[in-house]
Amino acid sequence: MSRRRRVREAALGYLLVLPALCVFAVFVFYPFAQNFRLALFQAPPFPGLPSRYVGLHQVGQVLTSSSFLESLVATVLFVVMVVPAGLLIGLLLAVAAHRRLRGMAVYRVIFSSTVVTSVAVSALVFGTLMDPVVGLLPWLGLNPSPPILQNTTWALPAIAVMAVWQFLGLSFIVMSAGLSSIPEEVLEAARVDGASERTVFWRVTVPLLSPTIFFGTVVATIYAFQTFGQVDILIGPTNAAFEHVNLLVYNILNTIEIARTTGQAAVLSIVLFLLTLGVTLLQLRLVERRVHYAQ
Amino acid sequence: MAGVAFREATKRFGGAVALDRLDLEVGDGELLVLLGPSGCGKTTALRLVAGLEEPDDGAIEIGGRVVNHVEAKDRDVAMVFQSYALYPHLSVGRNIEFPLRQRGFDRDERRRRVADAASTLGLSELLDRKPRQLSGGQRQRVALARAIVREPQAFLMDEPLSNLDAALRTQTRADIVALQQQLGTTTLYVTHDQVEAMTMGDRIAVMDHGVLQQVDRPQALYDRPANTFVARFVGSPGMNLLPATLEQGAGGKWEAQVAGSALAVPETAATAAGGAGAALVLGVRPEHVGIGPHGTVDATVVIVELLGAEVHVACRLGDGTNVIVRQDAAAPRPAHGEAVRLAVAPASLHVFHASGARVESGAGVGHAPVPGEGATP
Repeated sequence: MSRRRRVREAALGYLLVLPALCVFAVFVFYPFAQNFRLALFQAPPFPGLPSRYVGLHQVGQVLTSSSFLESLVATVLFVVMVVPAGLLIGLLLAVAAHRRLRGMAVYRVIFSSTVVTSVAVSALVFGTLMDPVVGLLPWLGLNPSPPILQNTTWALPAIAVMAVWQFLGLSFIVMSAGLSSIPEEVLEAARVDGASERTVFWRVTVPLLSPTIFFGTVVATIYAFQTFGQVDILIGPTNAAFEHVNLLVYNILNTIEIARTTGQAAVLSIVLFLLTLGVTLLQLRLVERRVHYAQ
Repeated sequence: MAGVAFREATKRFGGAVALDRLDLEVGDGELLVLLGPSGCGKTTALRLVAGLEEPDDGAIEIGGRVVNHVEAKDRDVAMVFQSYALYPHLSVGRNIEFPLRQRGFDRDERRRRVADAASTLGLSELLDRKPRQLSGGQRQRVALARAIVREPQAFLMDEPLSNLDAALRTQTRADIVALQQQLGTTTLYVTHDQVEAMTMGDRIAVMDHGVLQQVDRPQALYDRPANTFVARFVGSPGMNLLPATLEQGAGGKWEAQVAGSALAVPETAATAAGGAGAALVLGVRPEHVGIGPHGTVDATVVIVELLGAEVHVACRLGDGTNVIVRQDAAAPRPAHGEAVRLAVAPASLHVFHASGARVESGAGVGHAPVPGEGATP
């Protein structure tokens, strides 16, 4: 290929990428970089006054605050509750729906439907189900006091249940795609080789599904770290259990909306970014070793 | 080791009949090849024996025991799949060991058997590799090792050579036959390749559209095909089939009118076929057709294919029917477009009813001398 043609092809490539690049630059790259600058400045006490440069002092202040530590503990607990449950239930549903049975297509639609259900709608439904007067729990004879969404022990698990439900659609779709990619002949070979269905599942299906499970884990972790809507709609800053459900993203919003300290919110955003990045890298390093890529 | 039998076994998928009342026995220690085109039901038959499908009607027997409702894991058969179906996450050694683990063999026994199977198939150096690090031929051998390692009652092989290149296929074909003879294990081997079937099988069962067409020894199948499907499918090239009408010529001799030319037909076959006016299909193997001046059927040469030791001459008759003539490479070769005359000895003719079924007359054993010049097989 001649040099001139190469240059023309490269120019065309950049031209085609340009619109997407502009959108990303304005809405992702610029805010991301701006975050790091904001973290070094203290927001003025009144709007209109200049911000004050405080350097890394503000970072230390935020990281040692009790609000941040509570938020961090709540977020980590939340991730631990949501990720394994979301993946495991998604996998079990996918395995159940993978069977060639009459009417299974209907179940596949049902199982994947939470993907297209908005957080606001699902929060409303779950809020009603957990309502201490008209909800499902009192009907079942379960009526903790204070009510579940104001209960310092149960509010976080309740939000986690809702987040798991919301994540199930995606988890189901990802696991179903993974199951479909496993050659049927390999499973049949295991059966002819004398393996029981349980052995086929644990010794063949799960290892062959490990790239999908690994991908699902990364996606679920990011999803759990970024959960916001459920807390915003069902809990809110005036809730008695607020401090136990103040997930990091919600904490960031409150730091801007209520405390009006954009610098501290920027620090929290960076912490969330680093936390997500760190956990993802850790998964890549530790979990991927146990992942079996077929061919 | 044990025999395998199909008793009126039928399998349907929705409205489609994949296997229609298959009645077939595979003797203890026998290598029986199920031969047929895609969709003929041969793989379905194999899967019924493996326990991967259940028959809708009839029965499957292994070692004289009906196994219709016995799960695949409890049937004690080993299967080699077309794609080999190796466990990609396990090493070669663990792949071979897998069936032994499922059956609870102790560690020492597992090691001994894996080493034996690997040694038999030349895999001893590859035990620590993953399947993706192996060539196609090596993967195929691992699949075979996994099958032989637990000494099952029967081997089921589903086109195990179809993913190999031609040279490797020929070699592995011989290896499988040698292995099967050494182990003496009953083997059901599925293929669509008639050369594979002819060279490997103790017997061949030819299938089409879920129906067993004929089961016999390879040579018998070649010499006396039961119908036009078997005649066409077995042999490479397949048998030439010529639509014809039976007539009694001068002097009472029987002749078949083929594309405006007359071919002599043995009296026994003519009588059994229904006499004068009967519509027939005449079959003749390519090596039993001669090209020469004393032939009786006019034809035009369409293609001349040189295959090294032999030549295939494709001719077209007046009615558009194609006839392949197999000649020795040293014989004089006609040119493309040349008008020739084809000669067929009555004794080498296979006579079929218009429905395709063989006319049972004792004629056509397929070893008759070839008339015409330079066409000796």
